[in-house]
Amino acid sequence: MSRTFSIGGIHPSDNKISVNAAIENFPLMEMAYISLSQHLGAPAEPVVAKGDKVKTGQLIAKANGFISANVHSSVSGTVASIEPLPDLAGNPVQHIVIKVEGDDWLENINRSSEIEREIKMSGPEILAKIAECGVVGLGGAAFPTHIKLSPPPGKKAEYLIINGAECEPYLTSDYRLMLEQPEEILIGAKIMMKALNVNKCFLGIEDNKPKAIKKMKGLCSKSYPQIKVVSLLKKYPQGGEKQLIDAIVKRQVPSMGLPIDTGVVVQNVGTALAVYEAVQKNKPLFEGIVTVTGKCMTEQRNFRMRVGTTFESMIFAVGGFPKDAEKLISGGPMMGKAVSRIDASSVKSTSALLLLTEKETKRGEEGNCIRCAKCVEACPMGLEPFLLNRLSRAGKTEELEANFVQDCIECGSCIYTCPANIPLLDTIRLSKAQVLKMLRTRPKK
Amino acid sequence: MTTTIIFTIVCLSLLGLGLALILYFTAQKFKVEEDPRIDDVEAILPGANCGGCGFAGCRAFAEGCVKAESLDNMYCPVGGNDVMKNVAGYLGRTIAEKAPQVAVVKCNGNCDSRPKTSNYDGYQSCAVMSTLYSGDTGCRYGCLGQGDCELSCKFDALKMDPRTGLPEIDADKCTACGACIKACPKILIEFRNKGPKGKRIFVSCMNKDKGGIARKSCSVACIGCTKCQKVCAYDAITISSNLAYIDYNKCKLCRKCVVECPTNAIWEVNFPVRVPKKEVLTAEEQ
Repeated sequence: MSRTFSIGGIHPSDNKISVNAAIENFPLMEMAYISLSQHLGAPAEPVVAKGDKVKTGQLIAKANGFISANVHSSVSGTVASIEPLPDLAGNPVQHIVIKVEGDDWLENINRSSEIEREIKMSGPEILAKIAECGVVGLGGAAFPTHIKLSPPPGKKAEYLIINGAECEPYLTSDYRLMLEQPEEILIGAKIMMKALNVNKCFLGIEDNKPKAIKKMKGLCSKSYPQIKVVSLLKKYPQGGEKQLIDAIVKRQVPSMGLPIDTGVVVQNVGTALAVYEAVQKNKPLFEGIVTVTGKCMTEQRNFRMRVGTTFESMIFAVGGFPKDAEKLISGGPMMGKAVSRIDASSVKSTSALLLLTEKETKRGEEGNCIRCAKCVEACPMGLEPFLLNRLSRAGKTEELEANFVQDCIECGSCIYTCPANIPLLDTIRLSKAQVLKMLRTRPKK
Repeated sequence: MTTTIIFTIVCLSLLGLGLALILYFTAQKFKVEEDPRIDDVEAILPGANCGGCGFAGCRAFAEGCVKAESLDNMYCPVGGNDVMKNVAGYLGRTIAEKAPQVAVVKCNGNCDSRPKTSNYDGYQSCAVMSTLYSGDTGCRYGCLGQGDCELSCKFDALKMDPRTGLPEIDADKCTACGACIKACPKILIEFRNKGPKGKRIFVSCMNKDKGGIARKSCSVACIGCTKCQKVCAYDAITISSNLAYIDYNKCKLCRKCVVECPTNAIWEVNFPVRVPKKEVLTAEEQ
C-alpha cells in the first residue's frame, strides 16, 4: 500500500518522457558563468581575482555569513572577469566568468568510480566537510545542507527522510540517479544519519517509479537495514517537505514552523549523492543532473552538467531551439521559474530545463469565482486560496496573516485546479511578500 | 375603555420623561468637548478623502489643522493654496504659499526605444510581475506597463497609453495626492513643481546601470554621461549611480540640458515648439 499526505493534492499527468534516457556527461562549455548566489542566504565572497588560473573543484568564493555556502569552480581555466550578470529572472547577480582551458581537476579529488562504503569521519567532521564542499539542498530551495543537518539547540532529530518522490511532472533527474547510483545515495543517507545522530531513515519514492523502488528495496534489505524504502502514492505535491513528513511519519509541521519541530530532517536524493561525493570522494558540489525535456523537443535527455552552463547551450546540445517553443522553465512545470533570458546560467540546484509550446502554457481568460471550492480541496496546506485571493486584491494584509497566508508552499495546486483560471497563486505570492514585510517591521514583544 | 387609554398615555409619558432625564444627565456628564472649528474647517476642505495630506481623510486633516501649532507642515494637495489660505484665514494663522506640484513619470522607454525581450502572460499587475522577474524588457528599472498606477488614481488623471505602453499624466487633473507613487513597484513616479505656466524639465529615466548596458536595453536611457551637468549654469543637475537628476528648486528652465542630452532622456513640458535657428549668412555668401 502506498502512503500519501492527508489533505489536498492534485493529479497532473506526469509526462516523464525522458525517463529512459541514461545520464550522459554534458560537453564542456567554452565559458563558465558561475553565480555567487546559488544558495539561500548571503552571496559568497570571491577569493580569486581576474587573470587567476583555477582548477576544477577549486574554491573560488567562500561562504559569507551564517546562512551561505562555498562556491567551487566547475571548470579549469582562467578567470576572465567578476561582474554582475543577469540571472534567469533578469536581476543582476555577481558571477565569476571563467574561460575554459582543458579539464584539469584538483589532485585531492578522488575521481575513481569505485564505491567507498566505509564512513571514516565523525559527526562534526562530516558537517565541516559538507560545509567546505559547498553542498546545498538540491530539492529546489538550495538551503545550505550543513545548517539543515545541525538542528538548533533544544531540538532533536529523530528521523531522516530522503526525498525521492520527484512529484513534479517531466523531471527525471532524481529517478535516473536512483537507478544509476543507488548505493552512493544510500551511503550519503548513512553519512547524514551519522551527522544527525539518528538511527532511522526513510526513503520515499512515488509509485510511478517501480524500478527505482525495487532496486532501492533490494539494496536496503541486503546491506542497509536502517533505511526503509516507502512507496508513496503518485500525487502532487508528494515531494513537498511537509507533505512527505505527513505521509511517512504521520506528523504535521506546525504553522510557521520548520520540519525539525517534528523531529524530522528531509533531504533530496541529489543532496544525498552530493554529501557522499563530498565526504567519501572529497569532491565539492559543482555538477548535477539536469533533465532537458519538453514535448516540442526532438529528443529528451538527462545530463550530468557543470554549474555555470548557459541555458542556450543546453538547448543547442539537444538539437536546437524548436520553432514552436514559447516558454522556458528552469525546474518543473508546477514550481519551476520561467527563464526570461537564455544567456543566464545554471546553478547548483538547477534540476531541469523544460520547453513548452504556446498551447501548453497559455493562460485561459480569467472568469468569476463561483465558490466551487476546488482550490480549497486541492490545497495541501489546508488553506482557502479563493479567500486569500480576495483579501489580497483588497490589500488586507492583516487579515491575510490571520488566514495563514505564510503557510502557503507555492505548489500551484490551486491555480492548476481553478476552472475560472483565476491567478490565485500570483496574488497569494504577492501577499506573502507583503505580510513578510509587515512582520519584519512589526516591533517585537 | 377611556381610563385604559388615559392610563397608558400617562404611564408611557412618565416613563419617557424619566428616561429622557437620565439620558440628558448622562450626556451632560460624559460629554466630549469637540472644537466646533473642526466641522467648519472640514467644510472648507474639498472632501476627496484621498489621503494625499498624510492623514486618514479630510476630517482627520481638519482636526490636525485645528490642533497643530502652525500650519507649516499641513498641506492639502487637492485643494492647493486657495483652500489652505481659506483654512489659515478661518483659523487666524498665516501660511507660506507652496508651489503646486504634479506627478511625472520617469520612464520614456516606449515599445520602439525599449524592445521587449520576453512576453509576460501572467496576472495583469505590476506588483505581481515585479515579484516574478525584472520585467519584459532589457531594462530592469523601467515601467512594467501593467497599469497599477492607473488603478490607483482616484482623479482620472493617469491613463496608460496603449501606443507607448507608458502612463500619461493629465497635469490639470493631477492633484499630487501620491497614490500612484505608492502603487508603482519600480518607484518611477515623482512629484515635481508644476512650474510657471506648467513649464517643467526633468530626466525621464531611472536606469542606474552603466551607460553601455543602459543604452543597449533602451535607446532613450540616461547613460550618466555628465554632459547636462557640465552645461548647466545653475548647479541644478547632480549625477549619482549613472543617473542624472534635476533639482526643480534650482532649475531656471533654460533648456540647455535638453539640447545637450545625447539620448533625449531629458524632457521639456509645455514649452513652445523650438524654431530651428536661421542660419546667419556670411558676407561671402551674400
